[in-house]
Amino acid sequence: MLLTHPTRPLPQLQQTDRMTAPASEADRSVLCARLDGVSKLFGSFAALRQVTVDLEPGRCYVLIGENGAGKSTLLRILAGLLRPSFGTVTVFGGLEPHDARARIGYMSHAPMLYDELTAEENLRYFRSLYPGRACLSPAESLRQVGLDPELNRPLGQYSQGMRQRTSLARVLLSVPELLLLDEPFSNMDIESARQMVELLAGFRQGNRTIVLTTHQREMAAPIADWVFALHAGRLISFEPGRPTL
Amino acid sequence: MPRALWTHLVKDLRIELRSLDAFVSMLFFSLLVVVLFSIAFDPHGDFSREIAGGVLSVATMFASVSALNQAWAREIRHQVIDAQRMAPTPGAELFLAKVIANFLFVSVVQVILAPFFLIFYNLHIEGQAWLLALVLPLGTWALVGNGIFFAALSIRSRNRELLLSLILFPIFIPALLAMVRATTSILTGDGDPTLWIKLLLGYDIIFTTASLLLFDVVFHAE
Repeated sequence: MLLTHPTRPLPQLQQTDRMTAPASEADRSVLCARLDGVSKLFGSFAALRQVTVDLEPGRCYVLIGENGAGKSTLLRILAGLLRPSFGTVTVFGGLEPHDARARIGYMSHAPMLYDELTAEENLRYFRSLYPGRACLSPAESLRQVGLDPELNRPLGQYSQGMRQRTSLARVLLSVPELLLLDEPFSNMDIESARQMVELLAGFRQGNRTIVLTTHQREMAAPIADWVFALHAGRLISFEPGRPTL
Repeated sequence: MPRALWTHLVKDLRIELRSLDAFVSMLFFSLLVVVLFSIAFDPHGDFSREIAGGVLSVATMFASVSALNQAWAREIRHQVIDAQRMAPTPGAELFLAKVIANFLFVSVVQVILAPFFLIFYNLHIEGQAWLLALVLPLGTWALVGNGIFFAALSIRSRNRELLLSLILFPIFIPALLAMVRATTSILTGDGDPTLWIKLLLGYDIIFTTASLLLFDVVFHAE
């Protein structure tokens, strides 16, 4: 069932044009995600207003906008953690995000990990929650983000940057086809952020889709196929990027 | 045992063994209740046996609530619960693992509490003592099962600690009554506790089944 409320119009919101990147290759024919007139209300506050966008596989989409523009809400809707108040969201050619959640990786501001466990224990725990999926090993995942798998300290003793990396390792663990990253470069030094961009470039080349939000647009520029901007919950621009990686 | 259930359970036990947060707070709180009641009532003889069941149940209840209030704290703190919601495993397994883990914590506290209880209340059990090994686990399961469920229900509330007590205590009353009556009957040797034990068993089956069926809805709520 699609998430839709056809009998409840939202007259004060303007319908935006569908924003779609040109699909030039055959393997891009099935959309990775489609948002159609998506609005999200929290009480009387509209966090998203009539957002309509198609996301193609193997692309990196960078979502920019000031605080409160609705970036995190959009990611949480794509992740299936929030349901839209109006409109429909489908992923992987027609599935509800909740039904395809094993194929989606979501990293938020918070590390989404237990402070009392080591990075390896955390990852081993989350790996066990994906039965039947070909996951990376915790050690592989930690090495990918540049962390030492042998580090035997509780996560609570890690620096913010190391926690951020471990959080990314958790997301990469299940080898998701759609990667949703909320401010992945925050708390990171420039060198670590550059390494993360290189890692994400490799991920995108595996025909996987990335949607990331950031205030540091220049940081994500080397992998940005498309940059879209939100303002007060409305999608106001959708421009091609100039990826170099 | 399903693999995810085992994974959740091992994780909860490992974290508690490292921090001992819930265990220590429960132990001290229940010891405090037992000691304070013994000072207040100066119990001995028949009077001691008559109130002991109630004191033990109330001590367990208040001690458990201090742990149940924190049952989902680690999941909320760094949004771990969102990562668990994104995983393709049933939420009911997470719920059941948390119930089992907290049931074990409370049971260990009860075992440690038992000798103090016998000493402070000068207890000599007149009935079939082995029946306590049925009554206490059944009563504890009722308390912990409901507590974990309602703690999850009140996660998004600002007054979640108050809300938990307000919802949990009224719903727990039938089980509390059965636990107190059965314990008193065993301690005094008066009457047959079987009916109360059956009531506890029925209560556990009904509420555990309902919680398992409803937990996914609560877990995936926005």
